[in-house]
Amino acid sequence: MSARSSLPRSVAAHGILILYTLIALFPVFVIVVNSFKSRRAIFNEPLALPTRETFDLIGFQTVLSQGDFFQYFLNSMTVTVFSLFFVLLFGAMAAFALSEYRFRGNTLTGLYLALGIMIPIRLGTVAILQLMVATGLVNTLTALVLVYTAQGLPLAIFILSEFMRGVSDDLKNAGRIDGLSEYRIFFRLVLPLVRPAMATVAVFTMIPIWNDLWFPLILAPSEATKTITLGSQVFIGQFVTNWNAVLAALSLAIVPVLVLYLIFSRQLIRGITAGAVK
Amino acid sequence: MSALTLSNVTKSFGKTEVIAGVDLNVEPGEFCVFVGPSGCGKSTLLRMIAGLEDVTSGDVTIGGNRVNDVAPAKREIAMVFQSYALYPHLTVRDNMGLALKQAGASKAEISGATEKASGMLGLQPLLERRPAELSGGQRQRVAIGRAIVRRPKLFLFDEPLSNLDAALRVATRIEIARLHRELGATMIYVTHDQVEAMTLADKIVVLRAGRVEQVGRPMDLYNDPANTFVAGFIGSPQMNFLKSAPLGMSSAQMGIRPEHVAISAEAGQIAGRISHVEKLGGETLVYALTEDHGLLTVRLFGEHDYAVDSAVWLTPDAARAFHFDADGARIRG
Ligand SMILES: Nc1ncnc2c1ncn2[C@@H]1O[C@H](COP(=O)(O)OP(=O)(O)O)[C@@H](O)[C@H]1O
Ligand SMILES: [Mg+2]
Repeated sequence: MSARSSLPRSVAAHGILILYTLIALFPVFVIVVNSFKSRRAIFNEPLALPTRETFDLIGFQTVLSQGDFFQYFLNSMTVTVFSLFFVLLFGAMAAFALSEYRFRGNTLTGLYLALGIMIPIRLGTVAILQLMVATGLVNTLTALVLVYTAQGLPLAIFILSEFMRGVSDDLKNAGRIDGLSEYRIFFRLVLPLVRPAMATVAVFTMIPIWNDLWFPLILAPSEATKTITLGSQVFIGQFVTNWNAVLAALSLAIVPVLVLYLIFSRQLIRGITAGAVK
Repeated sequence: MSALTLSNVTKSFGKTEVIAGVDLNVEPGEFCVFVGPSGCGKSTLLRMIAGLEDVTSGDVTIGGNRVNDVAPAKREIAMVFQSYALYPHLTVRDNMGLALKQAGASKAEISGATEKASGMLGLQPLLERRPAELSGGQRQRVAIGRAIVRRPKLFLFDEPLSNLDAALRVATRIEIARLHRELGATMIYVTHDQVEAMTLADKIVVLRAGRVEQVGRPMDLYNDPANTFVAGFIGSPQMNFLKSAPLGMSSAQMGIRPEHVAISAEAGQIAGRISHVEKLGGETLVYALTEDHGLLTVRLFGEHDYAVDSAVWLTPDAARAFHFDADGARIRG
């Protein structure tokens, strides 16, 4: 008890964590601050806060007037939410099967699914593009959702099956004796207990999808299916970059992912503390 | 018709044989305890009766019906687990009523059965709480109540008291014995604790490494053990095992319970030196180190004073001694 509450230790711990937070938030801070300044002010004093003279919403005006920015937003949201949903659903189901049932080839199946963690999906871009062309899915959001689901599943299965092995066998068996179906046992008993792990997986899955430029550029570059990351690229030119617009677009792009993160992180903390004070 | 019959039941996990051919008959209303050291296969055997594990070979018959391929929920059993296994998202009332609800019972039927069971266990004040708001002892009573609500043909208990502290363990043990009398139900109870086995059982099944070593009433096992394993496992403190040769007997080993050894400072059969004395108030345990037989335990009633390191003489009561052959099997007669 005395070790935990000693003042120098807690000051040191807080100091280190605050320093880390500052470093981590600095780029975000610079982006957001500069998105509210005029072009000249951005270059003159990149770190200064916007003042009465330098405050300028030109970036946001450009972003909102050029291209269909709300459509891009909607596309990004759709792709991220659907991919996340499928990764969590199928990932959790596969993890349950691997951790709960003894069947021939269980370990091999687990290894096969884990391979995807080590092999980047981008290596298969050409084949994926051919597949999408053949199935007529080029320039659809479905193509992106399918690719991102495949990309997210290996890590999701790996993490979730570890957590599901930790769920009490007695609880599942009590459910079986009381006549619950395997689906009810999975959805009502096991899933709520691995909710913190689900939140972790959700965060790890969501951010790369939201930020991805590669697959939107290759599989769905049409105006109707552009994601926000791809949409922001119009402001970055070979010779001239509209920094106001780029920074404003990036600032706007942070908001939805931040909201999703807040939702999941609340789950995560609730799960951790529920376990700790049991 | 017996309540439960196991005929030549075996279980293997891959190549490891965990249950090696168990035959057993449990009569209706009987309290049957499986006892044995950790890892001997008690839980596996119980889970096979419940249908949570497949049997590798052999037959499980409950109430006259072969149930090898019957799902757990259809076997008319109820199980109480060591870790309570209450559904964390349901209130006590819903925990207790879930099985009936799944079986399609009416609301009135469910609430009637829940009220009755919670009355028997004094759970009424807790009915609206969730498991997280209960103490360990309360949780285990809810788990027992959940089993009662189903009115099963067979109650299965897997070390239900192991997670409770000593005082609660005794209280809950007494409660389970009372429920058995009131319900007149058939119960199978697994424990590694021989005191629980002795105090609760009508019939004890002693298991070792997946085999049945002996089946019998508690006092039969105590007074007439079949081999050194049962003799050593049943009874606390443990039976003393002496080499027969130095005592001039033909068997390989002689077993004598600590209460059947006389101790004297002047004369006796075996010379020893006191190595430790435990005073428990009602009884005193004296541990004496002997040259031929190692450490022997003597159990005396009341308080006694013995100085550590003083020389003593021990004399086993020959009439109460058990004799075993070189393989540990009992030599009777
Ligand atoms: N699912 C399983 N896979 C492999 N071995 C198992 C499994 N379950 C139990 N065992 C083994 O079976 C033996 C008996 O286990 P168990 O029935 O739990 O023992 P007990 O309840 O008597 O302590 C142990 O050696 C254990 O390692
Ligand atoms: Mg066990």
